[in-house]
Amino acid sequence: MRLAGEGLLCVRGGREVFRDLHFTVDTGEMLAITGPNGAGKSSLLRVVAGLVRQSGGRLILQGGDAELTIGEQAHYVGHQDALKPSLTVQENLVFWSDFLGGGAEVITSLARVGLHALLHLPARYLSAGQRRRLSLARLLAVERPIWLLDEPASTLDIAGQGLLAEMMAVHLSKAGLILAAIHGPVPQSAKELRLAGAGASARLGLDAPKEIRL
Amino acid sequence: MSPLSALLARDVRLAVRLGGGALIGVVFFLIVVTLVPFAVGPDLALLARIGPAMLWLGALLASLLGLDRLLAGDHEDGSLDLLLTGRSPLELALAMKALAHWLTTGVPLVLAAPILGILLNLDPRSTGAVMMTLLAGTPALTFIGLIGAALTVALRRGGLLLAVLILPLTIPVLIFGVAASTAATAGTVPFRGPFIILCALSLLSLVLGPVAAAVALRQGLD
Repeated sequence: MRLAGEGLLCVRGGREVFRDLHFTVDTGEMLAITGPNGAGKSSLLRVVAGLVRQSGGRLILQGGDAELTIGEQAHYVGHQDALKPSLTVQENLVFWSDFLGGGAEVITSLARVGLHALLHLPARYLSAGQRRRLSLARLLAVERPIWLLDEPASTLDIAGQGLLAEMMAVHLSKAGLILAAIHGPVPQSAKELRLAGAGASARLGLDAPKEIRL
Repeated sequence: MSPLSALLARDVRLAVRLGGGALIGVVFFLIVVTLVPFAVGPDLALLARIGPAMLWLGALLASLLGLDRLLAGDHEDGSLDLLLTGRSPLELALAMKALAHWLTTGVPLVLAAPILGILLNLDPRSTGAVMMTLLAGTPALTFIGLIGAALTVALRRGGLLLAVLILPLTIPVLIFGVAASTAATAGTVPFRGPFIILCALSLLSLVLGPVAAAVALRQGLD
């Protein structure tokens, strides 16, 4: 499986976020998208997931299911955790597992992210880090080859970050591919796509990448 | 559970949980209709005559109440993004959400109508007619409302705008709903005619609502 973007252009709110962006990710690879705030990391992930209309360029997925869009074969973990406060931890995950196509056992996924003791707790009582762990459990409960992660480690503690790194390594070893927007150090095994944001340009706000390093 | 039935079950569960707002509509309906005898006065004949119309007006306004939360909640917490990455067609997912909304807000209105019929001096025949027409007509209100909910999903205070957008579109439903209800006891037309048109309006909105709402949501992708 190979996911490639060719000459991607993204315009949001009348401003060009990035233009002429190229990348390729192969099976077993991780593309780390880095860059300052406002450089378009989240926009790129949302474009790939099909949540923001791409204004130009092409996204090509080779070796995937031709019947499905890229978004339908991908997990998108954004800044919001998509949890309902009045549902319990288990109910939240069971729903997403059912809706997104299921696969693995929900309870084992929750145990893996360390929430097995809180199965029946309404999600409103979870801390930010626990909420993020619950969204990450979705990645385990439903098998999808492409992971689109938007700053997945932002609210996680050290143990959580270790767990995430381990989950990502396992996913890559099982022929998955990952696009992740990250701020921290780029893992050695990952390719880096650096979006240079507003700081590099006279224009304000979101801006085009000045440098693309693959 | 299949994806769509999971969505239906989740939305029904959310609505009946604390803060879900399933009963707000029916309580509002009770209050609006209870106010009518106080406003109109104890003229039993008049109350019986305007009763069906009052019940329909109350139901129409009550069914508007929860509509602004129909999609806004999922938009705010990111669930809508994930619904879009699901493998079910967006149209069907939206139809399921609207169905869940109707089950938790529309059906209670139908069930509350007989109690309110007593307050408005409606005879059993008339009450039965109002219940029938509400059962047939409230799905149209919800599914037309779905379009408004999709259009206003990204707005912080979309509720009022939604009402302004949607109420004009619900006029045909109101006309034929009330016409059929009054035709059951009085009037020159038989019950069947307006009732069938009311059913047709519901079926039409059942099809058009989700499609139009999905178009609106996809247009609004940003």
